[in-house]
Amino acid sequence: MSATEPPLLEISDLRVAFATEDGTVQAVDGVSFTVSRGEVVAIVGESGSGKSVTAMTLMGLPRGSNATFQGTATFDGTELVGASDEQLRRIRGAGIAMVFQDPMSSLDPVYRIGDQIVEQIRAHERKISKAQALDRAVTLMERVGIPRAAERLRSYPHEFSGGMRQRVMIAMALSCSPKLLIADEPTTALDVTIQAQILEELRKLRDETDAGVILVTHDLGVVADIADRVIVMYAGRVVEQGVLDDIFYDPQHPYTWGLLGSITRIDSDRSQRLPAIPGMPPSLLSPPKGCHFRPRCPHAFEKCVEVPPLEGHVANRPESLDRCWLTEDRKRALRQVDGQVGLRSTEPVIS
Amino acid sequence: MTEHDSLPPDRRDADSLPPDERDAGAPPDADAGGSGDDVPDAGTTGEGTPSASPGGSMSGAPAEAGPAADPGTSSEGATAEGTPLLSVEHLRMLFPIKAGLLVDRQVGQVHAVDDVSFALYEGETLGIVGESGCGKTTLIRVLVRLLDATSGAIRFRGRDITRSGRRELAPIRREMQMVFQDPQASLNPRKRVGQILATPLRLRGVPREQVARESRELLQRVGMAGDVLNRFPHEFSGGQRQRIGIARALAVDPRLILLDEPVSALDVSIQAQVINLLDELQDEFRLSYVFVAHDLSVVRHVSDRIVVMYLGKLMEVSPAEQLYSKPIHPYTQALLGAIPIPDPRVNRSRQRAVISGEPPNPINPPSGCRFHTRCPHATEVCRTIEPPLTEYAGGHLAACHHPQNVTAGEVAAATRSDQSPLSAGAEGPSLIAAGDGRETSATAPVQR
Ligand SMILES: Nc1ncnc2c1ncn2[C@@H]1O[C@H](COP(=O)(O)OP(=O)(O)OP(=O)(O)O)[C@@H](O)[C@H]1O
Ligand SMILES: Nc1ncnc2c1ncn2[C@@H]1O[C@H](COP(=O)(O)OP(=O)(O)O)[C@@H](O)[C@H]1O
Ligand code: SF4
Ligand code: SF4
Ligand SMILES: [Mg+2]
Ligand SMILES: [Mg+2]
Repeated sequence: MSATEPPLLEISDLRVAFATEDGTVQAVDGVSFTVSRGEVVAIVGESGSGKSVTAMTLMGLPRGSNATFQGTATFDGTELVGASDEQLRRIRGAGIAMVFQDPMSSLDPVYRIGDQIVEQIRAHERKISKAQALDRAVTLMERVGIPRAAERLRSYPHEFSGGMRQRVMIAMALSCSPKLLIADEPTTALDVTIQAQILEELRKLRDETDAGVILVTHDLGVVADIADRVIVMYAGRVVEQGVLDDIFYDPQHPYTWGLLGSITRIDSDRSQRLPAIPGMPPSLLSPPKGCHFRPRCPHAFEKCVEVPPLEGHVANRPESLDRCWLTEDRKRALRQVDGQVGLRSTEPVIS
Repeated sequence: MTEHDSLPPDRRDADSLPPDERDAGAPPDADAGGSGDDVPDAGTTGEGTPSASPGGSMSGAPAEAGPAADPGTSSEGATAEGTPLLSVEHLRMLFPIKAGLLVDRQVGQVHAVDDVSFALYEGETLGIVGESGCGKTTLIRVLVRLLDATSGAIRFRGRDITRSGRRELAPIRREMQMVFQDPQASLNPRKRVGQILATPLRLRGVPREQVARESRELLQRVGMAGDVLNRFPHEFSGGQRQRIGIARALAVDPRLILLDEPVSALDVSIQAQVINLLDELQDEFRLSYVFVAHDLSVVRHVSDRIVVMYLGKLMEVSPAEQLYSKPIHPYTQALLGAIPIPDPRVNRSRQRAVISGEPPNPINPPSGCRFHTRCPHATEVCRTIEPPLTEYAGGHLAACHHPQNVTAGEVAAATRSDQSPLSAGAEGPSLIAAGDGRETSATAPVQR
């Protein structure tokens, strides 16, 4: 976060809407954040909160022709929103790479793993020979921890486990030496033991290449393990963002309190009841007026029918932003539940 | 109301059953519907038994059970204090691997569940954890008799049900219910909520005219509005669908519910809601649970005891708290170490036992201790002799030649458990000799 260098990626007031039969789904509703070189920015939030749409938009992969975009996303001087296919293709090759939750969907089941990596390498480096590309593929596979890589070039995707396929995806992402890697739930489908190994690969990638990483996840354990900064999304909006430790130890938004309070941990006291956030996320077809968290927020008051802006409220911490109308003092007082950060619950509200 | 329109067997159940699953030992009659996570309505209620007498599966079952000597109810009375509700002895489920063009030849076996023994007591929650593919789902499906065990015994209230036929099982099916991992796939998309609940309610013998009222009460009990009887599963969120699945299981008034990853598909905030609900229902109805999860932090919240599985075998069985404060088996340590703690400072400061590689192929599991290919403490004995389950103080069992977090005194006082696999060696555990530098320093105990 040096003041001298501009961020690698700067997203400002990004909005993505989908036209559907039932009306307009505002999937992303004013998202702003930056990513610098060598930092891991985690985007957390419940399913449907717009994490993937945000990530896909950066790759120029809107899901469907019914999408409309607003706002800007500048990567290394190039505007991504509204870029031509040709521009995006070039950026995908040389600047931004993506790893998805389900690697099977991005690998071609009928081609050998080696051929797919080679093809990826040659797409960006037209001059390289097939043999050189194969050598490079072996190096890349070894680098992401695939044992006996030379032998396994000949394998098909289905012969690999989920963890191995995810390593292949990371190897392919590395093949273009990306400046920015977007990983959308890269470990969600994996066992914890394999997750730990994949997170280690991502850390290595960041440290060795100084790439920026956007990690989409719903797992706060993963966030604590690898993120430098955190973006918390709720119902299409960024509700809070800040440096890792600030999000965990001085969270500003009631939704963040609820998230932190409701996680099961292997190292905490086993309480009788797990504090839950009451209710469900709203429909993005007809989101609530004002603050999107209002229907589930035990601290809502009159002002909350107006949309709170994403602003800094913490003294001497300009990088901490949140979207809540409560004053800083009120927040500090309200977020303590049984001596821990949490969302005060009136009664177990379920629906 | 259309509840009773659900009489015809549900075609989708039968259609979507993969042919190989039929071969894999599903009982030919009643159980075609129960083919796993991806099959809708595979509950052990009437809905899951579509190939049973068409049009009569639900109203028919209880009636048939009556005259059939009713062993289910008689054994109920005989349940003594201390008789487990459910017990499993040397249970094995091996899936044959077939090859060949014209004639199927068996070329191997998947060792999905391989000599597993444990007991579950009334009112207890037993957690089962392990990496994917270790046999958790298979175990549950064998227990509810959706699959026929290769060998071993399953007892319900002391009575052997391993080979019981449909008729004998009918009363037990009402006591033992299953909730599936994927709430999306386990509810038939073409049935309304009312129909989904009506089938098990009728199975319990609720008169037709009371079904709608009882359905509404059930829905309210799981925290949903009672007026959704006419809606279809896709109109609900994942968490709500899981509640409907739980309501369906509750409808027959069971004593035991087997839950296969009931919250894995849900968001954290919704996970907490469902876990709390299960907790309340357990107290209210004195339910026992078998709770399968791959997530050690979730089972911790719900379980009284926890079973850790690896490649079809039990590695450790422990009272819930002890598993975390004093993991004895290196595999348990590895699982715990791999979980990132959602607290940056704690996470940074702890030492973590790292584990490399992936679980080996269950067709050719490693000799001796199945974990030896990934275990940092493995020695020669581990490669050749399968460790027995050793019982330490407090009912804490572990199958390891070189147990962790125990003193020499504890090892000396430990005994061989009769739950040990039949193929386990006679060798008792031994702490690795000091000076065995590389192997002891490879993992530091998980710090807490
Ligand atoms: N092509 C589309 N047409 C209509 N709505 C869409 C489309 N793509 C996404 N949405 C909606 O946009 C919202 C955000 O979706 P997105 O997949 O980004 O959420 P997410 O936070 O990544 O969720 P998950 O964790 O489940 O992947 C959801 O309500 C989704 O249904
Ligand atoms: N019908 C079947 N035929 C062959 N192998 C099977 C079958 N069902 C499960 N298996 C295998 O049995 C093992 C255990 O599977 P499962 O119980 O589904 O694991 P888990 O639920 O722990 O993920 C896996 O190796 C799996 O591939
Ligand atoms: S703005 Fe109001 S409703 Fe929204 S989180 Fe803050 S207090 Fe709650
Ligand atoms: S028996 Fe040996 S290989 Fe197996 S867990 Fe114990 S030390 Fe490791
Ligand atoms: Mg997503
Ligand atoms: Mg499973």
